[in-house]
Amino acid sequence: MDLEFPPMNYAALAPILILFGASLLGVLVEAFVPRARRHLVQLILGLLAVVAALVMVVLNANDRLVTASTAVAVDGPALFLQGAILVLAGMALLLIGERTVQRGGAFVAHAAVTVGSAEDQRQATDTDGATEVYPLTMFAISGMLLFVAANDLLTMFIALEAFSLPLYLLCALARRRRLLSQEAALKYFLLGSYASAFFLFGMALVYGFTVGAGGSGTGGGVDFGTIRTAVSDSSASPVLLFAGLALLSIGLLFKIAAAPFHVWTPDVYQGAPTPITGFMAACTKVAAFGGLLRVLHVAFSGASWNFVPVLGTVAVLTMLVGSILAVTQTDIKRLLAYSSVANAGYLLVGALALSRDGLSSTMFYLVAYGFTVLAAFGVVTLVRDADGEATHLSRWAGLGRRSPLYAGLFTFLLLAFAGIPLTSGFTSKFAVFGAALDAGQTWLVVAGVLTSMILAFPYLRVVVMMWLSEPGESTPTVSLPGGLTATALAIGVLATLVLGVAPAPLLDLANGAAEFVR
Amino acid sequence: MSDFPFLSVLTVAPLVGALVVVFMPATRAELAKRIALGWSLAVLVLAVFMWIAFEAGGDRLQLRESYSWIPRWGVNFTFAADGIALVMLMLIALLVPVVILASWHEAESSKRSVPVYFALLLFLECTMIGVFAAADVFLFYVFFEVMLVPMYFLIGSYGGHQRQYAAVKFFLYSLVGGLFMLAAVIGLWVVGGKTFDWQALTQIDISTGTERWLFLGFFVAFAIKAPFFPFHTWLPDAGGAAPAGSAALLVGVMDKVGTFGILRYCLPLFPDASKWFAPWAIALALIGIIYAALLAVGQNDLKRLVSYTSIAHFGFIGVGIFAFTTQAGTGAVLYMVNHGLATGLLFLVVGMFVARRNSALITDFGGAGKLVPVLAGVLFFAGLASLALPGTAPFISEFLVLIGTYTVNKPVAIVATAGIILAAAYVLWMVQRTTQGTLNPALAGVESMRRDMSIREKVVVAPLIALLLLLGFYPKPVTDVINPAVQATMEQDLGKQDPAPTVGTVQEAHR
Repeated sequence: MDLEFPPMNYAALAPILILFGASLLGVLVEAFVPRARRHLVQLILGLLAVVAALVMVVLNANDRLVTASTAVAVDGPALFLQGAILVLAGMALLLIGERTVQRGGAFVAHAAVTVGSAEDQRQATDTDGATEVYPLTMFAISGMLLFVAANDLLTMFIALEAFSLPLYLLCALARRRRLLSQEAALKYFLLGSYASAFFLFGMALVYGFTVGAGGSGTGGGVDFGTIRTAVSDSSASPVLLFAGLALLSIGLLFKIAAAPFHVWTPDVYQGAPTPITGFMAACTKVAAFGGLLRVLHVAFSGASWNFVPVLGTVAVLTMLVGSILAVTQTDIKRLLAYSSVANAGYLLVGALALSRDGLSSTMFYLVAYGFTVLAAFGVVTLVRDADGEATHLSRWAGLGRRSPLYAGLFTFLLLAFAGIPLTSGFTSKFAVFGAALDAGQTWLVVAGVLTSMILAFPYLRVVVMMWLSEPGESTPTVSLPGGLTATALAIGVLATLVLGVAPAPLLDLANGAAEFVR
Repeated sequence: MSDFPFLSVLTVAPLVGALVVVFMPATRAELAKRIALGWSLAVLVLAVFMWIAFEAGGDRLQLRESYSWIPRWGVNFTFAADGIALVMLMLIALLVPVVILASWHEAESSKRSVPVYFALLLFLECTMIGVFAAADVFLFYVFFEVMLVPMYFLIGSYGGHQRQYAAVKFFLYSLVGGLFMLAAVIGLWVVGGKTFDWQALTQIDISTGTERWLFLGFFVAFAIKAPFFPFHTWLPDAGGAAPAGSAALLVGVMDKVGTFGILRYCLPLFPDASKWFAPWAIALALIGIIYAALLAVGQNDLKRLVSYTSIAHFGFIGVGIFAFTTQAGTGAVLYMVNHGLATGLLFLVVGMFVARRNSALITDFGGAGKLVPVLAGVLFFAGLASLALPGTAPFISEFLVLIGTYTVNKPVAIVATAGIILAAAYVLWMVQRTTQGTLNPALAGVESMRRDMSIREKVVVAPLIALLLLLGFYPKPVTDVINPAVQATMEQDLGKQDPAPTVGTVQEAHR
């Protein structure tokens, strides 16, 4: 049997290939570069790869094509979201590479050492962290880049696994609180595997549906074009379609941390090393929503009457769960985790407005939220005492008195989360709510506004803690950030401000990109 | 001179001042204060020029400027002022330097950075000016929300007893109202064809159901901000905990955003819904007048008492607005100005008492007039102005509201009049228990209570007293500016004609 190799547009695939190549190169670096120099070499390699891929994305900016047979679509949303992932991943790499705040960085040297043993205690304070995190991160990034451009379910699944597996590992690599970190990784892995299985099963059912729908002889397929045709002119029973779409959605909703598939989020966000938490909160969200948007807009838009009420209910539930549970949190990382759940709900509101405005506003929201959340986790890495990060909220009391600059920056980020005008949080909320209302989804907007009120309270409580409480005995100091964290922090805060004050350029960019190739 | 971009410069100038002041080192606090005072005086001068440039009988919206901001959403930096906005801008420009001077030593007692306090005051001035000067609904919303931030920190960081609780309550209440308004703003934007321009939005047709929901979204935000009963519970806490200067701005100006918003946004944008909801709004206002006055009588905390009097006064303003006559409307707007002056003065004087006694409880005073006769006299005057004694400015506004209401709705006017009697009760009783009678022995032992008003404090109260008297006898310069704007709102937007005065004929009189 002859296998014909489909023509590849390598230029269009270049961002993905660059990151993939760089991660393989990173593995070689691990093998051949002396231990002392690995950290620097890996960091530079990672940043260079991200920048090179970003340059390629910019050069490809006008591409609207499908390549590798029908496996990959390089179109406006794909390029926009790839750019977003790369910029945010670059920021996350800066946080990951930070080594001055804590000796040896935020990662453990040998994750397999028994927790609590003498060797473990020694490596907690002295040994340099593992540099394998860089190739792992780059694998994850390349998977994400592919995920947002995947044009059939199979490619999408491979991309999903490509970015999920490294993340499971990365979660287990926290230098401090090893048990929490390992628990997080295991939880994420187990639940993530279930989600993947759901996704696969859904794919199989959808394939069955396309076979049945296409009439005799044409055969089925899992590429979005085939699914789209099958959905739009089907006389076949839609049972397979709905069951398949439901299972696919579960897999995707798990990744975006929508209720009721969110239960892993707080544990994983808390246990993972904080730079990785930031990376997940920003980049995983972009990638997962990119995939979800393409699935909904391209493949299944013909069935929108059927899935919008269901996914709308999920969105409302997500916003409610995220905002209400955020109120009760006492740990800053868990609080941000629940806030991220609620934000997934707001993003779903935008995603369910199946219009050009809905698409562009969701993409805008993803970028705006990514910058803010990365900067917020950047601040979290700085507030620490001798035992590592001090994440319990009571420890943040009076922080504004001890270090007004970082407390001020964090306050600004919290105001952005709360959606106060002149921050990106406001413009992005306005964008998705406006698009949803325009698409007739009034109930989602009302739910969004009501949950925003609830969600303001936990943010405000942190502000009160920092500024209005007196510093206690146990108030930690804020470490001076190294250049890397400082850069990431500055980028995040500036972007939050700029996207709040002058969002027009990015809005125009998002709007120009907001059309899938079909 | 009228080509000068007054409104944008007025908005931006205090922000620049705030940035200058906030970066002053804490060791140069004295210089920071002086810069802040000088800056706010410069803003006042600019505001005076703006007043001159404004033509009293001219177009409804004047001094219009528009710059593109977010074209994709139709958002512009559009500034424009009608007569109502103009007098409020003038009030802000006047009150801020007075408050800065009155707060000269306020921040020092709090162990927190002194320059930051004054920077926050200037930032607050920027947002307050912006909210009144905006003629773009999006821009208005932005200022409306951002205004919360400096006030939150003023109360929370520099306030007195229970400041944390009060600051959070203030912020959450306002934010809840703001988010309701956000939903309505987005809704208005969608039905209005993706524009935020106030003038364009007054022209659109909205279906009855939608219009009522949108009205409610805006109204809830404004009713919380004003505040009207039953949304008022945050104000006594915030007013009681805020430093006196900030409380004067909070009640004197910030809360007027609520009543201004109703006049500027609810009535013109949703005229039919406004008429439909008017009886409810009037009912809330009337309950507020009586209920808050009764609570004020029972207060033992001076600052909380003044806060409750304000809620009662806002009831009068609400009645004046929703009576839908030019007279009552003009009275309501004039009331907004006069209340800012009178309550501002009252808060500042109370603050001077509190600073001396280090307590706001009335029972800690008693016979204070014997120790500080001049200060007690000013308190008495501020109290009289607050209860609208003829000869002081609030009298005219209260009178206009009442007669304007009486022509269309007699029972409402009669019930509201009962509020005047209660006002006399709470003011006079407060003055009596604080400054009259036998000297409280504990008070006599407080060293600082022996110092009567300093020159600085006299300079603070002098302009307010002068204006209260001047506008009490000659309100024409202000009413001339307000009247056309209110008339336009009532006649063009709502289509309400004032009832013609019925003149009894000779025969009727003989019957």
